[in-house]
Amino acid sequence: MVSQVKIPTLTDAVVRKRGKTIIGPVDLALPRDGFTILLGPNGSGKTTLLRLLHGVERLSAGQLTWATSEALARARQAYVFQSPTILRRTVAQNLAYPLQLVKTPKAEIAAQVADWAARIGLDGALERYAPRLSGGEKQKLALARALIRKPEVLFLDEPSANLDGRATREIEALLIATHQQGTRIVMATHDLGQARRLASDVLFMLRGRIHERGQAPEIFNAPETPQLRAFLDGDIVE
Amino acid sequence: MEDIWAGLSAAFQLIGTGDPDLIEITLRSIQVSFSALVIACLIALPLGTWLAVRRFRFRRATIAVLNAMMGLPPVVVGLIVYLLLSRSGPFGVLGLLFTPTAMIIAQVIIITPLIASITHQAMRELWAEYHDLLISLNTSKGQRIATLIRDGRRNLLTAALAGFGRAIGEVGAIMIVGGNIDHATRVLTTAIALETGKGDFALALGLGFVLISLALLVNLAIHTLSRTERDGRW
Ligand SMILES: Nc1ncnc2c1ncn2[C@@H]1O[C@H](COP(=O)(O)OP(=O)(O)OP(=O)(O)O)[C@@H](O)[C@H]1O
Ligand SMILES: [Mg+2]
Repeated sequence: MVSQVKIPTLTDAVVRKRGKTIIGPVDLALPRDGFTILLGPNGSGKTTLLRLLHGVERLSAGQLTWATSEALARARQAYVFQSPTILRRTVAQNLAYPLQLVKTPKAEIAAQVADWAARIGLDGALERYAPRLSGGEKQKLALARALIRKPEVLFLDEPSANLDGRATREIEALLIATHQQGTRIVMATHDLGQARRLASDVLFMLRGRIHERGQAPEIFNAPETPQLRAFLDGDIVE
Repeated sequence: MEDIWAGLSAAFQLIGTGDPDLIEITLRSIQVSFSALVIACLIALPLGTWLAVRRFRFRRATIAVLNAMMGLPPVVVGLIVYLLLSRSGPFGVLGLLFTPTAMIIAQVIIITPLIASITHQAMRELWAEYHDLLISLNTSKGQRIATLIRDGRRNLLTAALAGFGRAIGEVGAIMIVGGNIDHATRVLTTAIALETGKGDFALALGLGFVLISLALLVNLAIHTLSRTERDGRW
């Protein structure tokens, strides 16, 4: 189902803000399939890297190359932000929004909205004003809204940060199903248990650079660098 | 005290019996201010939204000018419009001085900066909130503006109502450019000023009640809007 890599390749990529280097230099070519997990301490650059790959962050130096045209790739991507943006509309209208943008027929939208609302347990709340939802409900809504256009690539920035254990498992089940249907997923998380449950490969970030990367079982069972070892043990990594 | 009571009862009588003068003046007031509102909104709502969304060279300067214009004393606006429209002024040939059109022009100048400024403020907040999502969803420019206007519609309406409230209660500028001519340019505020000067408190108070009711209605509408905002209705 995934025909082309819809994630850009980074070459010597650098992002600077106010004179401070936030990312880089980073070289990164992600495989076309898989569930990539981004790990790293606060401020290590996970969010910035995701935004860069999604095409919403500007490079200060280096290159970002798309296998297909950027416009085409961007149309097939979705992103769930660390603090989800909820439209000042009802739950149903939030879910419908991405479909309306691409001129989906009304009946199709209604069916999709009902389906996705049920999957995230908000089918009883379709007409509620979405900004009044709880933090966890908002997060689930943002995820469903990102998935509703069936993206080929999905970027997730800590999608279960505000969720309790049960909701976290619901989200994970949803993500696994999405991945099995062929969606390429890149996700940042602070939840190591979740990383172990979901990852096919891991990028460990430290101070704006990719400090270590590898396939999932090896990364968790035999980390090479002392920093990653410390991080996985829950120690403070500088 | 006597005067006030006599005035009050006479005022209610005028309102109760639907005094033709009172009705004429009220309708003209609404007509002038509503026309000014429509024109001002056509300028200010797009301008305010545009200032919020676009980064361009003279953006800050434009905002500064807008804020400065908000502080213009209406009397001075009246004076300037008077000079422009007077027989010897650049637009004298149009013969607009002492017509409702002149009053509309003055009111447009007074309320456009106010509406644009409130719009800008509200739209800037909304844009900051929506920016990443709209970019991420690959929206076109048109779709972004449409989304902001749709989801900011309460704020836009509030801005418009504030403009209307200012226009309908304004007296200095329209007195100068309209001339307060009976059956031609007399509106609520100028009539009140005149009748008070003449000592005819009945009509002045009657007009005053109408004006207060209109102002209250506008404020009630703004209040209701901000409540539906919190409750998230429509
Ligand atoms: N607009 C900005 N201006 C200045 N500094 C920024 C900006 N955006 C991010 N940074 C800095 O860049 C660094 C990396 O930020 P980023 O959000 O990518 O980290 P992160 O790994 O996602 O952290 P967290 O785990 O807390 O979400 C941080 O030190 C942050 O303060
Ligand atoms: Mg982050």
